[in-house]
Amino acid sequence: MSENLKYLTPELFLVIFNLSFLCVMLFVKSSSILLNCNKIAALALIITAVLVYFNHVDANPIINGFYTSNEFTAFFKMLILFLSSVILYLSDAYLKKNDLLKYEFPILINFSVFGMLVVISSNDLMTLYLGIEIQSLSLYIIAAYRRDNLKSTEAGLKYFILGALSSGLLLYGISLVYGATGSTQFHTIYSAIMYTDRTLGMQIGMVFLLSAIAFKFAAFPFHMWTPDVYDGSPTPVTAFMAIVPKLAIGAILAKVLFDVFGGISDKWQLVLVFLSGGSMIIGSFGAIAQSNIKRILGYSSIGHVGFALMGLAAVSPEGLSGFIIYLFLYSIMMLGIFAFILNMEKDGVLVTDIYLLAKYSETNPATSFAFSLILFSLAGIPPLAGFICKLYVMMAIINSGLVYLALVGAIVSVIGAFYYLRIVYIVYFSESNDKLDANIPAGHLLVLFLSSTAIVVGTYNLLGIEPLTRAAAESLLY
Amino acid sequence: MDYILTLITFLPLIGALIIGLFVQGSGSQSSENAKRVSLVTSIIVFLLSLVMFSEFDKNSSDFQFVEEFLWLGFFNYKLGVDGISVILILLTTGMMPLVFLSSWTIDKRVKEYLISFLILETLMVGVFVSLDMFLFYVFFEAGLIPMFLIIGIWGGKERVFASFKFFLYTLLGSILMLIAMIIMWDISGTTDITKLSNYEFASEPFYILGFYIPSGTQTLLWLGFFASFAVKLPMFPVHTWLPDAHVQAPTSGSVLLAAILLKMGGYGFIRFSIPMFYDASLYFQSFIFILSVIAIIYTSLVALVQTDMKKLIAYSSIAHMGFVTMGLFSFNQQGIDGAIFQMISHGFISAALFLAVGVVYERTHTREILAFGGLVNRMPNYAMVLMVLTLANVGLPGTSGFIGEFLSLVGVFQIEPIYAIFGAVGVILSACYGLLLYKKVILGELIKENLKRINDLSLREKFCLYPLVLLIITFGIYPKPIIETYSVSVANYLQILN
Repeated sequence: MSENLKYLTPELFLVIFNLSFLCVMLFVKSSSILLNCNKIAALALIITAVLVYFNHVDANPIINGFYTSNEFTAFFKMLILFLSSVILYLSDAYLKKNDLLKYEFPILINFSVFGMLVVISSNDLMTLYLGIEIQSLSLYIIAAYRRDNLKSTEAGLKYFILGALSSGLLLYGISLVYGATGSTQFHTIYSAIMYTDRTLGMQIGMVFLLSAIAFKFAAFPFHMWTPDVYDGSPTPVTAFMAIVPKLAIGAILAKVLFDVFGGISDKWQLVLVFLSGGSMIIGSFGAIAQSNIKRILGYSSIGHVGFALMGLAAVSPEGLSGFIIYLFLYSIMMLGIFAFILNMEKDGVLVTDIYLLAKYSETNPATSFAFSLILFSLAGIPPLAGFICKLYVMMAIINSGLVYLALVGAIVSVIGAFYYLRIVYIVYFSESNDKLDANIPAGHLLVLFLSSTAIVVGTYNLLGIEPLTRAAAESLLY
Repeated sequence: MDYILTLITFLPLIGALIIGLFVQGSGSQSSENAKRVSLVTSIIVFLLSLVMFSEFDKNSSDFQFVEEFLWLGFFNYKLGVDGISVILILLTTGMMPLVFLSSWTIDKRVKEYLISFLILETLMVGVFVSLDMFLFYVFFEAGLIPMFLIIGIWGGKERVFASFKFFLYTLLGSILMLIAMIIMWDISGTTDITKLSNYEFASEPFYILGFYIPSGTQTLLWLGFFASFAVKLPMFPVHTWLPDAHVQAPTSGSVLLAAILLKMGGYGFIRFSIPMFYDASLYFQSFIFILSVIAIIYTSLVALVQTDMKKLIAYSSIAHMGFVTMGLFSFNQQGIDGAIFQMISHGFISAALFLAVGVVYERTHTREILAFGGLVNRMPNYAMVLMVLTLANVGLPGTSGFIGEFLSLVGVFQIEPIYAIFGAVGVILSACYGLLLYKKVILGELIKENLKRINDLSLREKFCLYPLVLLIITFGIYPKPIIETYSVSVANYLQILN
């Protein structure tokens, strides 16, 4: 037991830091610490990432089989911790400007991140449930973080009610699977499914489980909350929700599919084809009529989730590696986009209307070039990295013989290209005279430029993560 | 000589970087510098490609100057040229200095403009040199971004609509090609174009959802590629993006669109559709002939009633591309030789025609045919140039336009005489609209007030137009230098096919 504790060091560190930070902050009235609480929390996340780097790799489940720690979990954990710390840093300026800077914000973010670490590492349906609840509860609260704002509270409430429903589905699914297989541990269920009859209850339980996870992943047909919640939440929260939970939930979805239900991939493949195709279609059609950039990104994230799921629907190591690459590059691109959106201001007020970006390129050629590059990449135009990851999942899915899903993806990506292009069009060609204030802090510019450089360089070698994703995929497939 | 293709391909990109990073300021001096940098870059690239051409062995049908590096595991960075691509590369690199020269008067966002064109040059050359399927796709598709911006930022009144139409039309076509490529990779396990050309894709017919698919897999893959190349070329009935894009694009954008970008479609047919899916190509032969004949006759008729000079030339481009597809799908030496020659010659003629329209557009800011008349009185040099170009566009013997159309029609006549006869009707129609345009714009009395003080060609415009006119006449009288460059490659190509 005690040697197992070594693998838990990062999570323990993070939760202890969170609790002590909370206690300390209750009594600290010093404004200098308060002003820097985001940065302190971000630092804690970085330290946790370093701890993850030095304390992972064990092939076998630990703590009586409740928990795992391997290449796959380490990859996702480090990514999540790194991205969350960058988002905490980015949101600093926004929170200060809108008088929202309270120490609860970084603490809630950190608790949510802690929940995600648990989710990724879970090797038992109960751990999975607990992790998902920890991360979701924190997200419900920060979605409604602007208490005096009608839209923000609506977003929080909507997210909470629908999230509670999905938690119910999850629990119901877990109980059905437990009833059918007699265990909640992943590897036991896996072998039970492999060597015994596939009962109907188990299959229904699987569908409930997948639905609940798809809900958190914002995949069609459980996507309805996404645009509203993205729109209503304060922008830093939107940035967090659009990037980080996607990685954690994606990781656990892959893990549940391959580690728990790996024996009946023929049963869930069609489910995933449905989720993936539907998400791609909704994601591209939904955004056409939107002019609010946060709603557009909400739909765009649904579409990208659909493309990523295509990799899982392929049921192959290549597909899994494509799925991980897709999520990775998606999060890099989104980070750049949000570094820009967090600074869309007109007369000192934050705006989300894309038409206000008119003529932005005339005053800020370099920024708008970097921004447009990311948009082209999201649209999947070569030679940018967004194309390479689409290519990966499409190759995987065609290799598995599901050509029609690739065709759906191809056609909707043309429709999706339209709304990304529309933003580029407003930035570059529009005649309107509404202008944004053009003052982006240097740190945000740095993130934006790094992100756009990454998607150009990524074409050459995928930032060197391809072997990493292969190792991660293999450790998942045993 | 080892890395000469990489050098030719990426040198324009370096020029673009230099303009982006080192040419500072926004005054007229800095934009002048940017123009000089881009002109010099494009001339160096042209000289390099001439050096490459002088080293090129015309008597070999193999790919030469081959470079191969590993890239991303499953597909490689592989470059190489044969007789067919080398001539298209020369056309591209030779056209770029003229493009930069012709856009010397631009004054709106000069740096971005030049950067877009330099990036576009890299991508266009890349299409012709890549020997890896996915590399080809990357270059082929990436060209959309600069072209979208060129039409959208520097275009005419309806530029937003035109740029979106151009982008989405082409994207839809090429993404279907991407699917076909992935399937080919899945079947054959390679992305190397030379290996794929020799790979026999299954051609047994089968049923999908109750539909009979003749030539089986080949047919489906052929259709995927067809979707992309037919849009790019463009063929009837997916040609409608071209007139819009041409009319709205700035002059130099139209020049590149007509001279080079359209040729990518033809090149794609030569490189992919025909050698890799020969059975399907044979099956679709008469389908292509019918579409080509419709394109030739229908778009010529449409051109007759145009009131906008650029639109008229755009429609005539579609008609001339009809000869290219006809020639390519005749699968004999004359036909394919003629089709490739037609691509080169159309590159000269249409580029020069768009430049010529640009000349009067810059002076009067209109392209309406009715706004002109009697220009010969004030612009004798211009009238002479436009006459040569019009006659070349008609296909008069002695101009390069004749050789291409004649050889293509000879090729088709050996297979299906009826289509050749219909195609020949298109030549008459092109004389109708060409001469009508010439008469309305150049001949007659100079009565319009605003034209009475119009000036003849400036030195810069002469530098743009005269070389093209010279080439059109030279190769019209003596086409051998062009044809012998690729005839060995084509002969070998046909030998493999049969």
